[in-house]
Amino acid sequence: MNKVQNNKAWFLVLPVFLLVAFSAIVPLMTVVNYSVQDIFDQNNAYFVGVEWYKEILNDPRLQDSLARQFMFSFTVLLIEVPLGIAVALMMPTRGWTASLTLIVLALPLLIPWNVVGTIWQIFARGDIGLLGYVINALGIDYNYTNNPIDAWATVLLMDVWHWTSLIALLCYSGLRAIPDAYYQAARIDRASSWSIFKFIQLPKLKGVLIIGILLRFMDSFMIYTEPFVLTGGGPGNSTTFLSQTLTKMAIGQFDIGPAAAFSIIYFLIVLLVSWLFFTTITHLDKDKTKEQSYD
Amino acid sequence: MTNNKRFGIIFYALFVLLPIYWLINMSFKSNEEILGTFSLWPQQFTLANYQVIFTDPSWYNGYLNSVYYVVLNSIITLVVALPAAYAFSRYKFIGDKHLFFWLLSNRMAPPAVFLLPFFQLYSSVGLFDTHIAVALAHCLFSVPLAVWILEGFMSAVPREIDETAYIDGYSFPHFFIRIFLPLISSGIGVTVFFSFMFSWVELLLARTLTSVDAKPIAAIMTRTIGASGVDWGVLAAAGVLTIIPGILVIYFVRNHVAKGFALGRV
Repeated sequence: MNKVQNNKAWFLVLPVFLLVAFSAIVPLMTVVNYSVQDIFDQNNAYFVGVEWYKEILNDPRLQDSLARQFMFSFTVLLIEVPLGIAVALMMPTRGWTASLTLIVLALPLLIPWNVVGTIWQIFARGDIGLLGYVINALGIDYNYTNNPIDAWATVLLMDVWHWTSLIALLCYSGLRAIPDAYYQAARIDRASSWSIFKFIQLPKLKGVLIIGILLRFMDSFMIYTEPFVLTGGGPGNSTTFLSQTLTKMAIGQFDIGPAAAFSIIYFLIVLLVSWLFFTTITHLDKDKTKEQSYD
Repeated sequence: MTNNKRFGIIFYALFVLLPIYWLINMSFKSNEEILGTFSLWPQQFTLANYQVIFTDPSWYNGYLNSVYYVVLNSIITLVVALPAAYAFSRYKFIGDKHLFFWLLSNRMAPPAVFLLPFFQLYSSVGLFDTHIAVALAHCLFSVPLAVWILEGFMSAVPREIDETAYIDGYSFPHFFIRIFLPLISSGIGVTVFFSFMFSWVELLLARTLTSVDAKPIAAIMTRTIGASGVDWGVLAAAGVLTIIPGILVIYFVRNHVAKGFALGRV
């Protein structure tokens, strides 16, 4: 759409700008401010430059939870994206079953995150939970409170339960936007369902998948409440992810300087990975359209 | 093929529903029964857990607090995001692209990063432990998303409609409220759904910014963990009650959801 140049449009954007500036720029500046100072009390603060950054980058607490965090986010994406696409392809398209499936799928998304933790805390317990009880009854020794592998599996399963619906619903709405004519053409060509998926559905899903993968990456990278309720970060530190390490440092131990430096690094990582993903995808896209135009 | 599909989707729906069913199941049991016998449905059906919540003001006030700041958040979000989204969809202006990306980058900020400064900021302006503080803090995440969604829906409305309205002598506010808003009503519905969703489910900021008067239900639930162990029955009942508003919202917007999740862009 051709837009009109008009700087008066700033007046329409001003409320949003002020509101977000109040709750984003002021706190962010505070964090930056803390990250370069050593603060004893209100009157005794010393400028220490990048000292805290050096310290925190060498801190095993950050390194370990960062490694766990990346592993968690990538595993979650690897499971949820294909599963979400598969679920979207299976969803009924019309009639009351379609509405019902939509409501059922959207359910986990609307449950408060700590309740999600609670649900799985109960569901996976060996003594009172269905899942834990059944697994133990099958003769497999399963206890997510003292076995790190079981804890990981439970946290992953919880996240898949919680968020696959988002990918599925995004893809579902993407699939609904494909005109029937495409399928008719494919039927005339006797295309197999695999090639329909590969050449018609998947390319059309690209837009929503980019949004979905970005949202899932960002949110899984910021995960806090659910594992906090479910495992409390344990056993040991095996399910302590970045946000929990940070809150422990900032609120629990009041290491404000290192915690602030941690925050800045944390935010930069999320921005960087999201930006890398986004530019790679759009670049690939450009190359492809170039190739096609040569054909 | 279609049978396989039906089987698959039923299987997945069961996977989604089973943990929720287990929570509901537990909420109708007494604590002795929960810990004593393992059963797939309540043997001695009881409403005692719900009674605890509905008779204790500190419990049900938690729900009212949550609903209060969630509604407040949705209203603020909509009021500021509508004109901004209109500006982004219709005009070019200095720094428009940068502003748009800056807004979205706020969605990428981990709440844990903002925890301490938020606490200090809202304490220093005297908003600590008020509903408006939580609503404003949640705006940081809901406003960027709302601008994004609404911009998508508004761009789908042809410009000619604006121009025709101006030629017919409509003033801008008149045109915007009487003609434009009804055209993007499903977009507004979806925006409300998303701001409700993210504000209702968030706990970290809501808990940090409140202590007594505006404490959300999600934070009150931790009370069930006492010295004598966990009060599983009440915990489950409180959990079940937090799911109900979500079901209501999804029921009202179910016809827009398919379109809405595409954010008006597909």
